[in-house]
Amino acid sequence: MDEAKRLVELIPRLRRYARALVGERTSADDLVQDTLERAWTKLHLYRRGTDLRAWLFTVMHNVHVNRIRATRPVDPLEDDMPELAQPQRQPDALLVRDLDRAIARLPADQRSVLLLVTLEEMSYEQVARTLGIPIGTVMSRLSRAREKLRAIMAGQPVSAKLKVVK
Amino acid sequence: MSATPITEGDLQAYADGRLPEARRAAVEAWLATRPDEAERIAAYRRLATEVRAAYEGMISEPVPERLARAATRRMPWRRMAAVAAWVLLGIAIGAPLGWQVRRERIVAQPVPDTVLIARRAAVAHATYSPEVRHPVEVGAEDEQHLVTWLSKRLGVKVKAPKLDEAGMGLVGGRLLPGENAPVAQFMYQNQNGRRLTLYVRTEASKNRETAFRYARENNVGVFYWIDREVGYALASADLSRDELLKLANLVYKQLEQ
Repeated sequence: MDEAKRLVELIPRLRRYARALVGERTSADDLVQDTLERAWTKLHLYRRGTDLRAWLFTVMHNVHVNRIRATRPVDPLEDDMPELAQPQRQPDALLVRDLDRAIARLPADQRSVLLLVTLEEMSYEQVARTLGIPIGTVMSRLSRAREKLRAIMAGQPVSAKLKVVK
Repeated sequence: MSATPITEGDLQAYADGRLPEARRAAVEAWLATRPDEAERIAAYRRLATEVRAAYEGMISEPVPERLARAATRRMPWRRMAAVAAWVLLGIAIGAPLGWQVRRERIVAQPVPDTVLIARRAAVAHATYSPEVRHPVEVGAEDEQHLVTWLSKRLGVKVKAPKLDEAGMGLVGGRLLPGENAPVAQFMYQNQNGRRLTLYVRTEASKNRETAFRYARENNVGVFYWIDREVGYALASADLSRDELLKLANLVYKQLEQ
């Protein structure tokens, strides 16, 4: 199997996840680009026959976390891809905007879990492996993320009270 | 009937449609008597559908050129440029050396042997360390085989030092041509993808020992030393002089044993 080919095939999924994660197209594609470059330098660490998608999302997660830590200022010169209206069947543009804003308000670690479960439809075990956290943590972050997202979308104040996950 | 209590985890898995049939029925029965919880879980399901719909367009969108390039290119351009610089330098170094062999055309001052090991090691580092697919001939998973093979070819017992305590894991190694005899190269890498190579060659003049010396060739830092019949050069383009010195000490200590 040619990893390069599979890497290319996975780009749309990486873009979708990145887009939901960072809330904006250009930064999302920057994240994907950094991830792909990182993946190339680390490809020998990938064990053939294991889940390349999970491995790639782990790489992306690490790149993303490092970027958040570095909080590097955005270079306006790199912003060469203006936000274009997508001519294709967009769902309600207002809904997308609201979701973007709501997702952006989730704590970063909850956001990753929610999006890997919802968009990538990873199993909870896969999410745990991808993010390098225990499965119990996956479940509690998922529960909190959903409750918070629901409250934000419903226009309610976000409750500090949390469900206990058993 | 299952008496296992319904947990929040069950409810989440139910919202994701991931419960086995029997458990799903139990959750549904539980929710049937709790309208608030039922509404909460239904809201989670709606939201999941909305989130999927909101970003679904990204899947069918054409992949931007820059990402397609990033997914297929083997080396970042900076590394490419570094290799190109080394090829040119290699020609510059190699040319006078070539002339030395043909005695009637000696034009260059003879280069001290110990300096040569640093240069050779730096060129070998610059050649192989940017490799993504083929950084080594034999990977660390076959370490025993690697060490046996290289020892046999070099004619001395070589081993790959363990640098894990410095965060450097063995990637593997390869055999290289040296001036007069085969040379071994071991490659290491840390978590951040920074690479280190150890160049090992046999020395013609036995029983000579030198202190650590440092050289910087192009952008590759090299610590090199000779320990009786073997010459070592530890090279990296990614590490500072201090980091490299620490590693050189570690290598030296292990090889001494």
